[in-house]
Amino acid sequence: MTVWAPLEYTDVAELRGPLVMVRGTKGVGWDEYASIELETGQRRHGLVLEVDHDLAVVQVFEGTAGIRAEGTRVTFAGRPMRIPVGPGWLGRVCDGAGRPLDGGPPVTGTADASVNGFPLNPTLREPPSEPVLTGISAIDLLTTLVRGQKIAVFSTGGLPHLALAAQIAAQAGAGGRPFTVVFAAIGLTHPDAAAVRDRLEERSAAGELTLLLNLADDPVIERILTPRLALTIAEHLAFTMGRHVLVVLADMTSYCEALREVSAARGEIPARRAYPGYLYSDLASLYERCGRVRGLPGSVTVLPVLTMPAGDITHPVPDLTGYITEGQILLTGDVSAYPHIDPLSSLSRMMREGAGPGRTRPEHVDLAAQITAALSRARQARELAELVGEGALSAADRRYLALAEAFERRLLAQREDESRSLDETFDRAWNVVSVLPRRELTMLSPEALDAGYREDG
Amino acid sequence: MGTVTRVDGPLVEVEGLTGAAMFELVALGRHNLPGEIIALRGDHATIQAYEYTGGLAPGDPAGRAGSPLSARLGPHLLGGVFDGLLRPLTGAGMWLDPAAPPPARVGGSYSFRPLVEEGRTAARGTPIGSVGSGSSPPYLVLSPGGVVSRIREPGPCLPGDPVAVVGGAQVTLERRQPVRRPLPYASRCDEPVPLTTGQRVIDLLLPVSKGGTVAVPGGFGTGKTVLLQQIAKWCDADVVVYVGCGERGNEMADVVAELGRLTDPRTGGRLADRTVVIANTSNMPMMAREASVHTGVTVAEHFRDMGYDAVVIADSTSRWAEALRELGSRSGALPAEEGYPADLASALAAFYERAGRVTTLGGATGSVTVIGAVSPPGGDMTEPVTAHTQRFVRSLWTLDRDLAYARHYPAVSWAGSFARDADAMTAAVPGAAQRRGRVSGILAEADRLTALAELLGAATLPAHERVVLLAGRLIREGFLRQSALSPRDCFCRPERTALLADALLAVVDRCQALVEDQVPVAWIEGQDFSPVLRAKEAPEEEITARRDTVLDALGRSR
Repeated sequence: MTVWAPLEYTDVAELRGPLVMVRGTKGVGWDEYASIELETGQRRHGLVLEVDHDLAVVQVFEGTAGIRAEGTRVTFAGRPMRIPVGPGWLGRVCDGAGRPLDGGPPVTGTADASVNGFPLNPTLREPPSEPVLTGISAIDLLTTLVRGQKIAVFSTGGLPHLALAAQIAAQAGAGGRPFTVVFAAIGLTHPDAAAVRDRLEERSAAGELTLLLNLADDPVIERILTPRLALTIAEHLAFTMGRHVLVVLADMTSYCEALREVSAARGEIPARRAYPGYLYSDLASLYERCGRVRGLPGSVTVLPVLTMPAGDITHPVPDLTGYITEGQILLTGDVSAYPHIDPLSSLSRMMREGAGPGRTRPEHVDLAAQITAALSRARQARELAELVGEGALSAADRRYLALAEAFERRLLAQREDESRSLDETFDRAWNVVSVLPRRELTMLSPEALDAGYREDG
Repeated sequence: MGTVTRVDGPLVEVEGLTGAAMFELVALGRHNLPGEIIALRGDHATIQAYEYTGGLAPGDPAGRAGSPLSARLGPHLLGGVFDGLLRPLTGAGMWLDPAAPPPARVGGSYSFRPLVEEGRTAARGTPIGSVGSGSSPPYLVLSPGGVVSRIREPGPCLPGDPVAVVGGAQVTLERRQPVRRPLPYASRCDEPVPLTTGQRVIDLLLPVSKGGTVAVPGGFGTGKTVLLQQIAKWCDADVVVYVGCGERGNEMADVVAELGRLTDPRTGGRLADRTVVIANTSNMPMMAREASVHTGVTVAEHFRDMGYDAVVIADSTSRWAEALRELGSRSGALPAEEGYPADLASALAAFYERAGRVTTLGGATGSVTVIGAVSPPGGDMTEPVTAHTQRFVRSLWTLDRDLAYARHYPAVSWAGSFARDADAMTAAVPGAAQRRGRVSGILAEADRLTALAELLGAATLPAHERVVLLAGRLIREGFLRQSALSPRDCFCRPERTALLADALLAVVDRCQALVEDQVPVAWIEGQDFSPVLRAKEAPEEEITARRDTVLDALGRSR
């Protein structure tokens, strides 16, 4: 077959926001990959958002600054955007569009894949059932991550969610099985990105990390691409190469803002808070790329990290994310110690499948439920104490307050560079529950109490 | 043959489709992507595509199918997993690529048994043959009406094979039905018959009738999906259609795996054999999500016509409404509230109106019950989908975030829910109305006093009010809370529900009597109520004994 030079179009009808309208196109399909060459010879990339007769609307990832209606040449690839995939991504640091930042050569792959992926056949999904251990006590004990799960980190501006995400990325493992992290930084500031890069240096050197960095001053529209690259790379590593992959997407609020920008430029009818009506479907098309496949060894676990604007959990971004993900880890300023996890509002829906006998510890699920229930009672007692004074509390309520304090000091509080083994986490957890009299621990079986309860707690 | 002129995601415009009808099916482009006509102007048609339209370009061909969107209804449905257009997912590839060739037709041979003799007249809708499919309800082949001139001998039969000729028309095991038009029936039955869900809070306080409609609004993390899965597993319907509409893939995998593992307590077969799963996960094409609720109800109506009680569980109708909104926005329709199209309310009403308990054309009685989850954004119960849905349903089970955070599951709020047929249904059972009245009365009173106690501290309340607080706690913990994970507690028969409620009410009565006799309320509060609180985990014959243990302990003081 003869390879024809791709047809070049030069008739730019309109430029608006991140969009270029090209006239005179023939046979250009929706969602095709486009290449835009400026007069200066500079190349930019884009996607077809709409085709109407001979007019194609192209979204330019690098933005339209400097593009003129004259002298710009647009070519179309005839297919959706594809990227190389394979082990070549391991140990690399690239920008948000996959171009090397580490001084190395462009990444090449053993195959290529469409960045949009395809929906995974639900009948071939294997329900997740094994844990990802992070070495962070509050997460491993109370909101265990499960391989193939998607679980979000909700935070507020000013809290160290990036440090936490980086710590998870640096420490997470799958019990000695091949483990890889794909970290997509979306709209991060330079100091934040540098901190993440430093923290993950070791993992990168070990060839267990792909780092994609879209910075706050990088093109906004490129952010729409970054998580898709990360997930496409991860799917190949997991389902073709059999590795367990953790994909960290931080910060998804920046991603959604980029999406809103494109939607506004196209004059679409806005839904809540001017975000497009398809925000749910769009987020789902990313988060749903997690999972395990029946008969294949690997897994993709997705950890979106997002800041709730003004701390509002009903804002569309955290709200829709919460509807899609299988749980959330909520950070709050009310907890004074790092990692600032609010144990009562955090939840891993898959925990029951990934924790317990044969996976972590036999008493794990009951112990976590017991601690959560006790913390909930302690919170009520504290609210009452604020009204009537601590002196008016019953002796039992004061024991619960003591438990909450022990929990925060001995179990939750952890250094950013501290990785705790499961044994250590459970040791601390038993110390915490042993603050309560044994008869209060109704959720734990007598055998578990015999083995773990400390009388001198 | 028409020509594509514009592609904007799932919205496609086509020129030259002469003679096309509204809602007619169209095949788009080289891969024959299915789409449906939603607007016509001259020979210019606007189409919603049911697949990812990447690569579809102006100039591509578009052909009319000549029929509206239809579903293939047959014996292969029970125990199967399908996409929103009812195409089998079992046997399809790992990645759902619309350009991939369709999977080979699944479904082996069935064993056919004739139910009429040749030469007889079989009225429309009456069974002329049945297909055995293990322990699930037998699949009935219904007559189109007329004289049976030929009928197949008993024996194996393929889905497409003719089994009879009735009134000159050939009949196979399957039929194709347009999904947007309700299947016909003779008349509606009025008096409500309860559907047993096996969940105590529902069966006692907020019952639903066979043929009823329920909306289940709940923010994320309130246990909506777990509750719906419990009902799918344990309700006393003959056929359950579970529509995963824009929800999580892992959850669908979990439903399918669970149903295959569990045994139907009524028939002894696998629960999967009475279930049809329609899986349109949130990352599958948006517009097939819009179609999936209609296909789901059509499947249920198909089994209703055989005289069965079918239940459709749609999780979640909000995702369906969002699909309507996205299409409305792309086609430039004027938006109403929050960007939703102006016909949102009527679309919701039409969907729920397909529920009902009816006399079928063949004279049997069957029902379609619709249970729709609603996912209010930000937990806002005034948003359009939640607000409109409440107008059209007979029962509302509102899930409460505070209950869920307190790990009180199922987190059905007794104060924020309603069941409009409850009085009519409880009237038929002796003592039921009184039991329901007492339990809801205690809960309402306890809620009011809890609010007061939170302000002032419980110790400041008088004794007769503190005992109500205690009663509320007993009912909540000993009765309303139900574990989806406990093998004994996950499903509660109506008799057991009544027994548990009566045991707790007897204890409450005794406590109240003690307070009236000036027994110190602190002493009563300090008693060990765990035998009745944990009675739900005990064998049924133990419940009375556990009640007596607590009553005896209380009685000793006097």
